Amino acid sequence: MSKANLLDRRQVVNTLLADRKDALVVAGLGASTYDLAAAGDHARNLYLWGAMGGAVMIGLGLALAQPKLPVVVVTGDGEMLMGMGSLATVGLQKPKNLTILVLDNEAYGETGGQVSHTSASADLVGVARACGIPDSKEISTLGEIEAFAKLMQDVTSGPRFANVKIDGANLERVLSNRDGMFIMTRLRGALGHAPI
Amino acid sequence: MHARAEASNEPVAAWPEEIFAILQRYDVRQVPYVPDAGHSQLIQRVLGSANMRGIPLTTEEEGVALLAGAWAGGQKGVLLMQSSGVGNCINMLSLTQIFRFPFLTLVTMRGEWGEFNPWQVPMGSSTQGVFELSGIRVLRATEPAEVKDVMEAAASQAYNACTPTALLLSQRLIGTKVFVK
Repeated sequence: MSKANLLDRRQVVNTLLADRKDALVVAGLGASTYDLAAAGDHARNLYLWGAMGGAVMIGLGLALAQPKLPVVVVTGDGEMLMGMGSLATVGLQKPKNLTILVLDNEAYGETGGQVSHTSASADLVGVARACGIPDSKEISTLGEIEAFAKLMQDVTSGPRFANVKIDGANLERVLSNRDGMFIMTRLRGALGHAPI
Repeated sequence: MHARAEASNEPVAAWPEEIFAILQRYDVRQVPYVPDAGHSQLIQRVLGSANMRGIPLTTEEEGVALLAGAWAGGQKGVLLMQSSGVGNCINMLSLTQIFRFPFLTLVTMRGEWGEFNPWQVPMGSSTQGVFELSGIRVLRATEPAEVKDVMEAAASQAYNACTPTALLLSQRLIGTKVFVK
């Protein structure tokens, strides 16, 4: 039941990462992880298949450890709602290289499409701003995503937050690797860290 | 039994300094925490350190996820919390098995030694069991003189062997919180 004026999630993520350069990307569980896989597997991708509510905090730990690299968290509205406190933690730490993008379909798409709080009352942009991330905005066009993709490369002006209203289409799953040790070791290897 | 004073006239104990020195030696960089009076001395040392970053959390599970991200980026960390926060972490502790990163948490215990507040007792009683069911090895320090050795063992197995470890700092060690009108 997609509405014509809403963005397609795969197009959003593809556009965001088309020229990702050295960016490290964390995807929240469910459709966001499939979107990241659909945009192309990459050693600098950290796919989550669980740990709901933890995507932004994983991104924060990564951003603080690698302050010269852009770190991007792509997650859904349900995952973000569960980890809303982490926006306050990011607001306090103010990592200049962290970008958070929420794909907001106003529903729990993975579990049957039950509506989420953002469908009626919760405003995640308002939450992020009130938590100390002044660069927080609603995005509604692919042109804005292109501009945001350039901004996310700037590791001196974050943190930044964007909420993108996407259509509710349930797309074919593109399954990423789901072996955490492989994903972790590969990402660390890409940054020059050997296994123990 | 030691009476635990409020922060303003906190007696300076030796063991928090010993913990700090071991964390320094293991090059621990990220120190997420939800404050506890029993951790106040260590938190002060972390916040005053040039190479460690103290990171206040809104809830303890944030710290588990943060440390996974830190390790992905090449840094080690330690999570400071009190026993009541352990229950908040349960699902996020899955990350320690999925990513097998060097997870160490230092937990100040409540609800187990002359506790005044009954609300601390249920979670304090199940803290060790919750960790063990979640695949976290548990070590405990009860006497000030043993903290250094136990901490050394905990840090070694966590950071050298990527064995997720919780060090419980007994309420007897940190002192029973005194409630006065």
